[in-house]
Amino acid sequence: MDLAYTAEEEAFREGLRSWLKAALPSLPPRPDPADWPARRAYDTAWQRRLYDAGYGAVHWDAPPAQRLIFLEETERAGAPYVGANFVGLLHAGPTVAAEGTPAQRDRWLQPILRGDEVWCQGFSEPGAGSDLASLRTRAVRDGDAYVVTGHKIWTSHAEVADWCELLVRTDPDAPRHRGITWLALPMDAPGVTVRPLRTLAGTAEFAEVFLDEVRVPAEFRVGAENDGWRVTLVTLSYERGTAFAGEVVACRRVLGEVARLARGNGRWDDTALRRRLGRLHAEFGALWRLVQWNVSEAQASRGAPGVGGSVFKLRYSHARQELYDAAAEVLGADALDADREWVADRLSSLAYTIAAGTSQIQRNIVAERILGLPKGR
Amino acid sequence: MRFRLTDEQRALRAGVRGLLERRFGRERLRAAVAASVADGPVLDRGLWRALGEAGFFALRLPEAEGGVGLGLPEAVLAFEEAGRALLPGPLVATHLAAGEVPGAAEGAVVVTAVDARLVEWRDAADVVRGDASGAVPVRSVDPLTPLHRVPGGARAGDPVAALLTAAEQLGSAGRTAELAARYAREREQFGRPVGAFQAVQHLCADMLVRVEVARAAVYAAAVTGDPADAAGAKLLADEAAVRGARDCLQVYGGLGFTWEADVHLHLKRAWLRAERWMTATAAEEALAARLVADG
Repeated sequence: MDLAYTAEEEAFREGLRSWLKAALPSLPPRPDPADWPARRAYDTAWQRRLYDAGYGAVHWDAPPAQRLIFLEETERAGAPYVGANFVGLLHAGPTVAAEGTPAQRDRWLQPILRGDEVWCQGFSEPGAGSDLASLRTRAVRDGDAYVVTGHKIWTSHAEVADWCELLVRTDPDAPRHRGITWLALPMDAPGVTVRPLRTLAGTAEFAEVFLDEVRVPAEFRVGAENDGWRVTLVTLSYERGTAFAGEVVACRRVLGEVARLARGNGRWDDTALRRRLGRLHAEFGALWRLVQWNVSEAQASRGAPGVGGSVFKLRYSHARQELYDAAAEVLGADALDADREWVADRLSSLAYTIAAGTSQIQRNIVAERILGLPKGR
Repeated sequence: MRFRLTDEQRALRAGVRGLLERRFGRERLRAAVAASVADGPVLDRGLWRALGEAGFFALRLPEAEGGVGLGLPEAVLAFEEAGRALLPGPLVATHLAAGEVPGAAEGAVVVTAVDARLVEWRDAADVVRGDASGAVPVRSVDPLTPLHRVPGGARAGDPVAALLTAAEQLGSAGRTAELAARYAREREQFGRPVGAFQAVQHLCADMLVRVEVARAAVYAAAVTGDPADAAGAKLLADEAAVRGARDCLQVYGGLGFTWEADVHLHLKRAWLRAERWMTATAAEEALAARLVADG
């Protein structure tokens, strides 16, 4: 067991640190959180700068320890996070890299890394959220294309995406996990309609996507026809396993700020609240260690993150909500002011125990796939 | 950064587990409990010497001083196994005394220590560290850990003791999670294994999650040796052990409430360890203080 970074890893850290120091002062001001076209432009421009500096692929095509250092240093420096590039960099990119053909890797990976193209995730449907395998969007083969008809929902930033990692049912007669196929859908194809949804946080974070006889070339299929569930599990293992890792670093920073505010406004004298903040310090410290453990194990086995990601995702999503609840206690009445820092984050944290598989589904996965309990109902 | 067990560490863990299975398996555990209830607790000197010979107490002592020359991470793995097996005795105090109290390293001398106004195994120990004057016997909640209350005894606040105790808690928590999952796979109600019911699945899943988070904290604290990391590890491991044993009892149902099931032994020892070396209150206050200091 070792938590020290190697000389090579420390050299990577030093290089990144000095590059960030030079690059960040010229960054334009951050756009309005509700303005998704502006956010896309801002996030992809930052990704392009990372790419030009040699850090474009750090989330998946670099040694995992470098990725942890990247997360630590960008957070420490206050650099932007992946933003609108989230799905491309953290889900679709790793999936295409692992499961795509050479031609597909050539077509899609560079544009993701350069910030030229943005992806969204077309997994969930109105009738198939946590029960993902019950999806009904259909694709019928017609010559060299699939004709897709259906309805997707909870598709984050679909209105500014170029591509969608789309799950479709290609064999309605097969057992429900077998007749599924993973397609890359061009969002400008005729028949695609996007309708943004307003969240309880008041912003349009995600959208419904309506698909009306959309033709998707068969060459955009990743993996074999009807083998999409297996490909999906690869995507999900990245989503649950490592996609939230960077946010733990951010939560540790926020916790420090909450403690400092509590010291300043007298709330620190409240023993129960102070102890809660102490416990959260242990919690986020341990979660970062769990990330390091999972990454080290994945590095050793050279595999995808695996179901250990469900353990992390389950605990992290609740810890994040507890952090912002504690922040609200420190803020007192100011926690009702929607313009105050942390209030929007408190609202958005409510999504974490639902998105990427609810906590209840994660518990089923832990019970059945790690503890070997019989399949439940 | 390679935060995973090395092959040598895996071998050490397997070795300690094998030793404890041979020398203190379930039958020995139950016999010790029965003997303790009938005639008062007896420290097994033969077992203590066997632990000494295996290097359990001298693990961190330099080889030049007759020790094994390993570090805190290896000690944590050994104590995790001790917690898993519910091994009784003042293990932490004797381990800490190796190299300081003659005979402790070899397991020839049993050393206990006063902490938090409590001292365990006072009458059985050869050496009591700290001021145990005026110690009054307590009818201990844990049948395998005799206790004395010490008036005005000071808290030692040793982060290594807290961390090794956390490692024992981790082992116990891992064991109760395993026991619960095994029982849930076998026990049938309403015509199916109870582990097929989501309510039971979720109890078991939460147990495992607490174990894995505590494990990351305990192992990391062993690597860094940082007192705040040790406090966090103790806090999370106490919670994993105490709540894990309670949830295991719930999964076992009525059987879990009987003396025959081992669950209560894990729960009672977990309660005891939670009061030793660093309590939740002390850990949370130490972490809160560090939070502000780091900022």
